[in-house]
Amino acid sequence: MLEAIDLARPPMLAPTSLTLHPGQLTGVIGPNGAGKTTLLKALAGLSRGPGTVRLDGQPFRPHPQRLAWLPASRDAVWPIPAAALVQLGMGPAAAPDAAAVAAALSACDATALAHRPVAQLSTGERARVLLARAIVARPAWLFLDEPIANLDPGHRLDVMALLASEAARGAGVVLALHDLDLARRCDRLLLIANGAVIADGPPHMVLNTDQLGRVFGVQHGPDGWVRCSRFDH
Amino acid sequence: MRTGLALLCAVLALASLAMGPVDLAALWARDPELARSLFIELRLPRTGLALLIGAGLGASGAAAQALFRNPLASPDVLGPSSGAALGAVLAGYFLGAGVIGMAIGGLAGAGLSLLLLLALAGRGAGATRLVLAGVAVSMLLGVAINLALSLAPSPFALYDLMFWLMGSLNDRSLPQLALAAPLILIGIVLLLRAAPALDTLALGEEVAQSLGVGLSAMQARVVLAIALATGAGVAVAGSIGFIGLIVPHLVRPFAGHRPGAAIAPSALAGAALLSAADIAVRLLPAGLDLRLGVLTALIGAPFFLCLIMGRR
Repeated sequence: MLEAIDLARPPMLAPTSLTLHPGQLTGVIGPNGAGKTTLLKALAGLSRGPGTVRLDGQPFRPHPQRLAWLPASRDAVWPIPAAALVQLGMGPAAAPDAAAVAAALSACDATALAHRPVAQLSTGERARVLLARAIVARPAWLFLDEPIANLDPGHRLDVMALLASEAARGAGVVLALHDLDLARRCDRLLLIANGAVIADGPPHMVLNTDQLGRVFGVQHGPDGWVRCSRFDH
Repeated sequence: MRTGLALLCAVLALASLAMGPVDLAALWARDPELARSLFIELRLPRTGLALLIGAGLGASGAAAQALFRNPLASPDVLGPSSGAALGAVLAGYFLGAGVIGMAIGGLAGAGLSLLLLLALAGRGAGATRLVLAGVAVSMLLGVAINLALSLAPSPFALYDLMFWLMGSLNDRSLPQLALAAPLILIGIVLLLRAAPALDTLALGEEVAQSLGVGLSAMQARVVLAIALATGAGVAVAGSIGFIGLIVPHLVRPFAGHRPGAAIAPSALAGAALLSAADIAVRLLPAGLDLRLGVLTALIGAPFFLCLIMGRR
């Protein structure tokens, strides 16, 4: 159980307290600039500021088997082969584990990319390799900033299924995403606007028409999503 | 690859020891005492310094590129080389100090430039802030060196210092080796120990942190190690450019392009490259006094150009 108590990162994130459970797939949705990344980073303990995060009552300290952080940026400076990059996810100075690396690459449908330098991959291919890096050490908690951005529709579904299976093995998975259809596959959704969690619950409760209209200015019509005016401002 | 590079270093070191204006083997037959002191007081320090300074520059270059996640970074961007040069110049002027005094002044200068850098960058600064502070410190110290040169007490002093700044291993002594060697070695060991953490920096600073790397402590250690390994070298040999920039690019493909894993082979390749350059300088005809620092720049600048062209 991961408890965040009065977590705040002014001016991006207002004081927030919430409890996350292992074995759950938690989606964080909200408009651009609402504070999704700030919340994820604060939960993962990667930014300094007021509030505390406790893992089963203890201070949350980063460790490859405890925490994985996948940033939204897909940049790669060095032309490291994909397999070697995934190995880095085992932690500094960890013994090479070819089986774990192969399994992670295969789970992300990136086996064919294993020997390609990451700097030469397309953004979507790189996104899959970087996700493999995040899951390779089988961490207890995964914080993923837009893991399905840049992916084609097939791979989006694959990755959502992979994250559900990570949750099924007992990991706590928290991801930011913009795809409101795929957000329905989460066990729990946090809706963020202006740096505050304004709705928290199962998808069918959070994704109601009023709320989506108010926060995103969209509604679901017969031909899919359409723009509407944000009717609370 | 490491074994090959180590062998190359050993061969170059032997060649360097055997090389000089005097045939030591012939001298040994006539005057063993003189041959022995020539060997210990001139050949040994020169060879040892070439290996150590080259290794320090190579390792520092690889570490700087890993730390700043920038293949065009070099140890010079942090400022300790300029600090060491300024310290040595000031000691040379105002204290009238000999080579040992200049080396101590150089070490003090490198240390002070490091403190200035850390003060400017602030605690827990990210790599971007650190490199900006380093560029600012280097520029400031560069101007100070020019100012010191323009205030030279005599044209001879100016000539001597200009020549010294170009970098050379001519006539270096055992005390200079004894002064620089431990500092450079400590710097290299610190860098080698930081190598696994620097590897994870390939994934970005936040991800490295999430893997349990203590970012600010690691940055501080690496900056200190670079200051030791390059500052001590400049303090006894003057400025030797481009080794730290180029060597990591030569070896990184053989280290799987992992930035931290490139540190050890960069140290070996730096030692080999500087030893080879110092041998080349001595092979030139007697009248042509090409400085070691000038030669490394002559080789380095075109290589750097090719590197940039290759990236387009």
